[in-house]
Amino acid sequence: MGEPRPLHLAVALDGTGFHPASWRDPSARPTEIFTAKYWTSLALTAERGLLDFVTIEDSLGLQSSKFGGPDGRNDQVRGRLDAVLIASLIGPVTRRIGLVPTAVPTHTEPFHLASAFATLDYVSNGRAGWRPQVSGRQSEAAHVGFHTFEPFEPTELGEPAVDRLVRDLFDEATDAVEVVRRLWDSWEDDAIIKDKPTGRYIDRDKLHYVDFEGRFFSVKGPSIVPRPPQGQPVVAALAHSTIPFEFAARSADLVFVTPPDTAGVDTWVADIRTAERTVERPDAPLKIYADLVVFLDHDRAAAERRKEHLDALDGHAYRSDAAVFVGTPGDLVDRLLEWQTHGLDGFRLRPGVIGHDLDAIVDQVVPELQRRGAFRTEYEDGLFRERLGLPRPVSRYATTAIEHSPIKESR
Amino acid sequence: MSTKPLKQVILAAYFPGVNNTTVWHDPRSRSQIEFDSFIHLAQTAERGKLDFFFLAEGLRLREQGGKIHDLDTVGRPDSLTVLTALAAVTSHIGLAATLNATFHEPYELARQLATLDHLSGGRAAWNVVTSSDAFTGENFRKGGFLDYEDRYERAGEFVRTARELWDSWAEDELVIDTASGEFTRSGSPGQFDHHGSQFDIHGNFNVPRSPQRHPVILQAGDSDGGRELAAETADAIFSRHNVLAPAQAFYSDIKNRLHKYGRNRDDLKILPGVSFVLGETPEDAKEQARIVLRQQFSPQTAILLLEQVWNRDLSAYDAEGPLPDIDPDVSTTSIIQGRARIHSDPLKIAAQWRALAEEKNLSIRDLVIETSGRLTFVGTPSQVAEQMNNFVQTDGSDGFVLAPHLTPTGLDGFVDTVVPLLQERGVLRTEYETTTLRGHLGLPAAGVIDAGARVATA
Repeated sequence: MGEPRPLHLAVALDGTGFHPASWRDPSARPTEIFTAKYWTSLALTAERGLLDFVTIEDSLGLQSSKFGGPDGRNDQVRGRLDAVLIASLIGPVTRRIGLVPTAVPTHTEPFHLASAFATLDYVSNGRAGWRPQVSGRQSEAAHVGFHTFEPFEPTELGEPAVDRLVRDLFDEATDAVEVVRRLWDSWEDDAIIKDKPTGRYIDRDKLHYVDFEGRFFSVKGPSIVPRPPQGQPVVAALAHSTIPFEFAARSADLVFVTPPDTAGVDTWVADIRTAERTVERPDAPLKIYADLVVFLDHDRAAAERRKEHLDALDGHAYRSDAAVFVGTPGDLVDRLLEWQTHGLDGFRLRPGVIGHDLDAIVDQVVPELQRRGAFRTEYEDGLFRERLGLPRPVSRYATTAIEHSPIKESR
Repeated sequence: MSTKPLKQVILAAYFPGVNNTTVWHDPRSRSQIEFDSFIHLAQTAERGKLDFFFLAEGLRLREQGGKIHDLDTVGRPDSLTVLTALAAVTSHIGLAATLNATFHEPYELARQLATLDHLSGGRAAWNVVTSSDAFTGENFRKGGFLDYEDRYERAGEFVRTARELWDSWAEDELVIDTASGEFTRSGSPGQFDHHGSQFDIHGNFNVPRSPQRHPVILQAGDSDGGRELAAETADAIFSRHNVLAPAQAFYSDIKNRLHKYGRNRDDLKILPGVSFVLGETPEDAKEQARIVLRQQFSPQTAILLLEQVWNRDLSAYDAEGPLPDIDPDVSTTSIIQGRARIHSDPLKIAAQWRALAEEKNLSIRDLVIETSGRLTFVGTPSQVAEQMNNFVQTDGSDGFVLAPHLTPTGLDGFVDTVVPLLQERGVLRTEYETTTLRGHLGLPAAGVIDAGARVATA
């Protein structure tokens, strides 16, 4: 074992937390979840804990316990605000923490997404990220109208028709991310020249058409927004199986995975590396973060009691795509440090109850990690992506500005 | 003597845009992109107790002669993203986003606007614009899909659909009772079902009612179709009529259309876009205005604007010299893309311009300034306050959208000197008295208030 690698820590924000009965916990503030005060206070708490970033969940439909559409339940949080705009609100009131909202690339315009995330990067001084989430819910497609397809259930994955549809949706998402990334690069960093003698505001040779033509849409470009401070805001994808692994390997900088246990970490990391080879990923390897849902308390029995109480209120034992950790902050730190040695770059913790577990992460988990020398004690300088170990790339178009080359002039 | 009560002067601040009236080469000019510029202008407007802060939208960079236009400010950030960020650093001022009904879709846009309304505590506004050009469409999924004639049909149905979505959560839908475990009243909040010629969508909207229920709707169309759409659907019109007599005619025309939609004359506000130059004396103001116009029309810009009439490459001409001898090229389509064609009869305009240049001995640049340059209010602060107040009290408008020529300090002088004079006259608030933009503007409450009762009894 060499030098301990720095551990990266993010937290996922969604309503009052990831347990469906979390809004009924005494620590929750369910009447405030549609207010500015709520979201800025959560972000400031996360920033107090020196966390790398927060993610903000979103969808173009009502939350539901069923994949197929509304479930008729009225005892869980329903309704949510646009995550990109929540992140924008947080931008000016925080200074260091990364902001990674979810946006669906298959029911939106790639051109608008590129503008919105570039702008989020400006209003946060270089702290924007994007979690592109592919929606396979027919009920959400019917809200927008870009796609019409037959509804399917996750249990039908593996059937050829369903797999074809899912593959198409991820292919479209891949194209959307490609367009967005090209648009972010479409202004070179020094395109604005404000040259008074010639009266020119820009050097138009440093603006580039992206000329994307694909199966699902074409986009001409250039972007309406100049190149964002990070050049390329961070793209982070949650992935559970081969098709999304390959989407992440093609499109993302960072991937969230959901191994159930320590042995699972090895398997999932290996799967990601395989996907990178399959798609011949040209960039540096994906940063891999494991997701964990956490219920924390001063002793394990207390944490279990809290979760069981919420389970009873909801009528179901809580299950998640991610591993569910119920225990003390010290035990969680043991788990994180152990898993990290199996090839992970960091973790995204999903608080079971934000009101309780976000505070526990910031006030107990982080200090424990610091005591063990595994986590920063102050924010490093630099852009959000640099803090994650991702260098700021030059524009892919930067070397193609040959408008003034002798070859072209003599034509 | 009129016994009418004094009308309040509604004031909005427009962030300087991407045309030649925004002077980027003045030493005081700062970034058009950096967020600090937006904070400065929005907070200045709020310091002046203005009604709202207003952003335009860009969907394709302008081109002329197949090249990206490079003489004016180019590029702008996304309006909804900037305005939501501004919600965090302002407390009262309204936040208005220009958003195109052609290249957005209702579900996403309605939830973004409702989100801005929630996060700003009821300060959101939407300036509904339309477009149908294939040039802009090249950046979007459906391309140039819309016929020019259908643009107001789409915009009208878009606004109606958005309002259906905003009304889809019943007034009492959110219960949030931790004891009983009821979060919502019904198990399927936000139901909507819209089938029209432009949109065929159904399901559940996922944003609860926002403080204003409906964000304030602004509209800018000036054609008969545009005026009718505004009379039917808009809360305010961003008008281009800023000369008193035609503005009064426009004002009267619009207000007279309201009755047939069951609306009162005060339910729709008319706000022309205006520029202003202030001076310490009337002579100083005139001199400052002359300098601003020279800045707005650089030699290169003068040639470019001439090309828009002549429809041909005039880059070999000297802007400080005489007009071209050759006539405009009317044989081909317009060389300008990304903005509406400005001149309908180029040969006639060229003849008029030649005559004017001859009569007054004007260079190309002088002539372009003479014909295209216009500053609405020029004078001392008290002259400008008086002109503005008079314009509103004589029904030229209900207020103004102020377009400063410098980013971001262009509103500072106005707020420091003209605002107090308007406040002295009792036509501008000295403190915000309401928290929502609808409240500031004196607009009636919007939205279907009894939707909840309907669902609850169903």
